[in-house]
Amino acid sequence: MGLRRQIRVGSQWMYADEAHRALREALRVMDDEHGEHGGHHQSWIRRYVFSTDHKWIGIQYGFTALCFLLLGFCLMILMRLQLGWPGQPFGVMKLLGATRAPGGILLPEAYNQLGAMHGTIMIFLGIVPLAVGAFGNYLVPLQIGAPDMAFPKLNMASYWCYLPGGLIMLASFLAPGGTAQSGWTSYPPLSVIASQGQTWWLIGMVFLITSSLLGSVNFIVTIVQLRAKGLSYMRFPFFVHAQFVTSFLLLLAFPPLEAAAVLQLMDRVAGTSFFLPSGLVVSGQVLTNAGGGNPLLWQHLFWFLAHPEVYVLILPAMGIVAEIIANGTRKPLWGYKSMVFATVFLGFMSFVVWAHHMFLTGMGTTISAFFQTTTMIISIPSVIILSSLFISLWGGSIRFTTPMLFALAFLPMFGIGGLTGLPLGLAAADIHLHDTYYVIGHFHYVVAPGTIFAMFAGIYYWFPKATGRKLNEFWGRVHFWISFVCINGIFFPMFAQGLAGVSRRLYDGGMQYQHAKQIAAQTNPFMSICAIGLLAAQVPFIFNFFYNAIAAAFGHRDEGLGSNPWGATTMEWAATTSPPLAHGNFEVLPVVYRGPYEYSVPGSEVDFIPQHQPTAIEPAPRGGLLPEKAVAMREN
Amino acid sequence: MEKFLAQFMPVDASEHGPALDRLSANVHWLMLVLFVAWGLYFLFVLWRFNAKRNAKASYHGVQSHFSSYAEAGVAVVEVILLVGFSIPMWSAWTHPPSAASNPLEIRVVAEQFAWNVQYPGPDGIFGKRDVKLVTSSNPLGIDLNDPHAKDDIVTLNDLHLEVNRPVIIHVTSKDVIHSFKLPVMRVETDAIPGMEIAIHFTPKMTNESGTENDKWEIACAQLCGLGHYRMRGQMFVHSKDSFRKWLAAAPPAQTSIGS
Repeated sequence: MGLRRQIRVGSQWMYADEAHRALREALRVMDDEHGEHGGHHQSWIRRYVFSTDHKWIGIQYGFTALCFLLLGFCLMILMRLQLGWPGQPFGVMKLLGATRAPGGILLPEAYNQLGAMHGTIMIFLGIVPLAVGAFGNYLVPLQIGAPDMAFPKLNMASYWCYLPGGLIMLASFLAPGGTAQSGWTSYPPLSVIASQGQTWWLIGMVFLITSSLLGSVNFIVTIVQLRAKGLSYMRFPFFVHAQFVTSFLLLLAFPPLEAAAVLQLMDRVAGTSFFLPSGLVVSGQVLTNAGGGNPLLWQHLFWFLAHPEVYVLILPAMGIVAEIIANGTRKPLWGYKSMVFATVFLGFMSFVVWAHHMFLTGMGTTISAFFQTTTMIISIPSVIILSSLFISLWGGSIRFTTPMLFALAFLPMFGIGGLTGLPLGLAAADIHLHDTYYVIGHFHYVVAPGTIFAMFAGIYYWFPKATGRKLNEFWGRVHFWISFVCINGIFFPMFAQGLAGVSRRLYDGGMQYQHAKQIAAQTNPFMSICAIGLLAAQVPFIFNFFYNAIAAAFGHRDEGLGSNPWGATTMEWAATTSPPLAHGNFEVLPVVYRGPYEYSVPGSEVDFIPQHQPTAIEPAPRGGLLPEKAVAMREN
Repeated sequence: MEKFLAQFMPVDASEHGPALDRLSANVHWLMLVLFVAWGLYFLFVLWRFNAKRNAKASYHGVQSHFSSYAEAGVAVVEVILLVGFSIPMWSAWTHPPSAASNPLEIRVVAEQFAWNVQYPGPDGIFGKRDVKLVTSSNPLGIDLNDPHAKDDIVTLNDLHLEVNRPVIIHVTSKDVIHSFKLPVMRVETDAIPGMEIAIHFTPKMTNESGTENDKWEIACAQLCGLGHYRMRGQMFVHSKDSFRKWLAAAPPAQTSIGS
């Protein structure tokens, strides 16, 4: 913390940071009193729409992101119907309109629209907002004992850039010629000559990137500045470390893509040629404004973002899984320190592996050797984190609750995703597998049964925190087991397809190609049926979620659930109520005395010792110890 | 493992292909060993440390450093795969064969949604191209005023190669990015407008038997628009004699494009 400055308050000298805390506390108490007397009234709009409370913003983010996840998933169902039974009419396709699916038969250009928007929605509108905007926003201030984010208004602005960005993306379906259809990667020149929807996509991306930037600076400042007293970096819950590194990735990786998106926008609307080389002939016509640009420039800028983005998707998931595993095994994480350093190292390395997405763009030996080497190096910290989580199970007393089931399943699923990255990361082995379904299988194992399972784990685990109600365990298990079986049924056959050389993004799944049609015909219907099964498995979750969320909104809490139903050590559970105070989070800001996972401490009679509890034996007063100064000010 | 993977993979008909497949098989061995080892450990732990069987958790957990050794082991295997195999293979992949081996040179120009193939003809020199000359009958814009162009052979979606003779293919595109993939040759490279990327390989098998398995193809592996899924070309690998016959029978640009 460096030198602590002292200031004079009245007749007393105080440390500046303590005075700061005490002042906040006093303001909060005064606010509450005003509230009681009706003097300080927050309008409905300020409270529920343009809220500056990190918890409500987190819930806004979470709800919006879950809606987008469901939408992105439904687009995938339409694609899988076409892949499983190419050219067959389906009534549900008619929802896309006669220009995309006349008579219920999907057209190739519409398939490309679904593909581009599935990727865009899942990544930029679904998982990142859920992992960072929802979980990060809701939990980080609570876990570090802060009354709110450092910049509540920036936080609000972040959500209100995200939502318009998402709505612009949705509206692009109405654009003439349909929405973006050049893949979520939007490679020029294809994207530059594409129909108007691509322009909307680029504008939407500018909003989404701005939203992430506003969020990331807020996280960084909050974590550094608003930590509770005594919460040193090595006492952070692992989830906070994951969010901390993630924020740096967002802050540093997104600006190049924002610049690139603006350049592509100019190529489309202002006749510039940043990404178009000379001599382009499209459909027999010479493209007059093309000249001097380079399509590879876009790829470098795009992947300079999009590879760190992979870790933006995965690090918060690892953070969630680590929290739940420590709690569900009733023991500290094994190798906590090495996990933290591995995470930081992963963050650094994620900036120097991007061109492994571009091995087949005419790369020479030197540059490919560099990117292969960095790619192999980055696998090591991932192995360390995953191994630590596996080893953490040893000696535990494992409770198979619904959040634990999802968190445990994350481990082997992410394992498959990580391992299948190896043949893709070695350039020579990549030649045959590049751009095939092997790649699709690889990254979906990382993101779908990996990250999304971790997100489900987090929802089941922290739902009682936000609502005071627990989600139904039985339906949670139903949700888990059907999802687990079906999701593997979708993605595992992709490796066989990839080995056969089936290219990705084929409208008919490869039925045109001699080398692909046999395996496509054998596996695609099965995979599509699994996808429908996966959709069915989400129904109990959706009902479980909304039934309990609505009940909570009407003030029905689970009697006897208590504020800390999982017996957790971290402060979001142990130092405040569930749900926490709307304003300021903690009755009294907690002080931290120990590491994050003091479960099953030898010699202790209790099963767990919360972070803010001063002595190992006595149970802590609810809300943590009162800092003396705050007490003094309150009494005056 | 190589055999196991081969049942999913297309025929491997090039000189460098078997080495790539072997590298892939070795990597899959590494993956399998790691997955099975961790998987068995995982299942055992879930059984052994179930709360019903183990009511009280151990604060310290595992005390040994086995995992550090395992991680170091993984790193060593990765270094071997990288330095011993992948980098040298990539180096060979990017160094074209010498003129002494008499390589066949071909240019492939991708467009939405077809593969234009240009052979330099008897003079061995590609004719000039100019985008202003592009018409539907002259998709490459070949300049017939150039003496080197007159004898060039231009085909559409039709690639003919000679067995055991190295081939260098200069790949580029007229419009958007495509990816030129020959699954049976274990060859792929992006076709990028404004760039010409040379790839090389040596076919070791012919496909002249006339059976269903002989339908070898050029696939497009990079999304290039609504016709991406049907952007398909054929590939024929001839014996020396039949390649010469095909070459002699193919019309030169002067007659095929006309004036």
